[in-house]
Amino acid sequence: MRVCLWGTRGSIASAGPETVRYGGNTACAEVEGRDGTIVVLDAGTGVRRVGNTYHEPRRLDILLTHLHMDHIQGLGFFAPLFQKDFEVHVWGPPSTTQDLRTRLTRYLSPPLFPVRLRDVAARLELHDAPMGRFEIGGLAVTAQTVIHPGQTLGYRISDGESAMAYLPDHEPALGVDEMPTSADWTSGHDLAAGVDLLVHDAQYTADEYAQRVGWGHSRVSDAVDLARMSGARRLVTFHHDPAHNDETLDDMLAGAQARAADALEVLPGREGQTFRI
Amino acid sequence: MQGTGWHNPHMAQHDVGLILMRQLASGLDVPMLLADENGDLLFFNEPAEVLLGQRFDDVGELPLDERRAMFAFRDEAGNPVPPDQPPLVVALRERRPVHRRVWMRGFDGTDHEIEVTAFPLLGGGGHLIGGVAMFWVAKKA
Repeated sequence: MRVCLWGTRGSIASAGPETVRYGGNTACAEVEGRDGTIVVLDAGTGVRRVGNTYHEPRRLDILLTHLHMDHIQGLGFFAPLFQKDFEVHVWGPPSTTQDLRTRLTRYLSPPLFPVRLRDVAARLELHDAPMGRFEIGGLAVTAQTVIHPGQTLGYRISDGESAMAYLPDHEPALGVDEMPTSADWTSGHDLAAGVDLLVHDAQYTADEYAQRVGWGHSRVSDAVDLARMSGARRLVTFHHDPAHNDETLDDMLAGAQARAADALEVLPGREGQTFRI
Repeated sequence: MQGTGWHNPHMAQHDVGLILMRQLASGLDVPMLLADENGDLLFFNEPAEVLLGQRFDDVGELPLDERRAMFAFRDEAGNPVPPDQPPLVVALRERRPVHRRVWMRGFDGTDHEIEVTAFPLLGGGGHLIGGVAMFWVAKKA
């Protein structure tokens, strides 16, 4: 399985010389299974670049964790949507009140966006992601609700030999006196359990989190603790705060690596980075 | 790297709706009990410990049948509430809120006249993930 990070920033794109090593595009990752099945995770501004890499008509699946702007803002710039021979499936968190098309159209329609979803050239299908396990080509996908404001999913993806989990926006410590607590009462545990690669929210320092409880994100230490508890082999820090420059992120990574010690490998979530698991 | 393949052998976690409800219950001063979709006891908070006469840590999670055996309801006339009629059981079965005044005998054998508000919890996609019972010590008329 190949996992490539196309956008690692949270909240808002933050390009500039101070963020050049970790990247400024918002959430997007690409997963390719052994059989060539491709799944794109989230459609933040990073999805524009990955879209430009698909030259031959094919099926592409985009799994949205939730519909906050930093996870959908790039969708209108995803080139395959505007090529008629492509087949694009977009999966998102289910709602009991509005279907995914209605919710996405709030953004992808005038006056916020010039092109309507119904006018794209590709064959576009939108789906409420089933809770639990479903298959896309040669990949088994598990969707599960995680703690974040609004209906938000995390995903676990396996090709039968290896597994990765993607929880870009997640606050497992919400309401908990101390992390880690028991596995059965920890949001995200089952998605992350035993994976080869865990891509996880690590937006805040401890001091920042104290001022932002309930905003839906993790301290770096929470990401490490969840990874250790769930037996993940490698943790990739993700959803970097737009106020954090490369040096700050280096420091946060060093802290995470120290906390993890020998229990797991902690790697920096850098735009353009590829992992083979 | 050797992976876990299709199967996740470590599945242990409750639905996030239950996790959030437990956290909410832990922070409130209203006695609350949390059950899964089958009625099995998952948690009760500290104010409920006072009513039930035992600490949650000493009781732990309990299947519905064991819970029934450990604390029982009687109606206002003193008759036992049938096993399919406790408020939380009805709330889960019929997916509706239930409010009822009953006598409850806790784990310690003490009787309390209480009002129970029970309601089902519907998770993402509208599926039943569990239910909550809130206990109100009855005020004398």
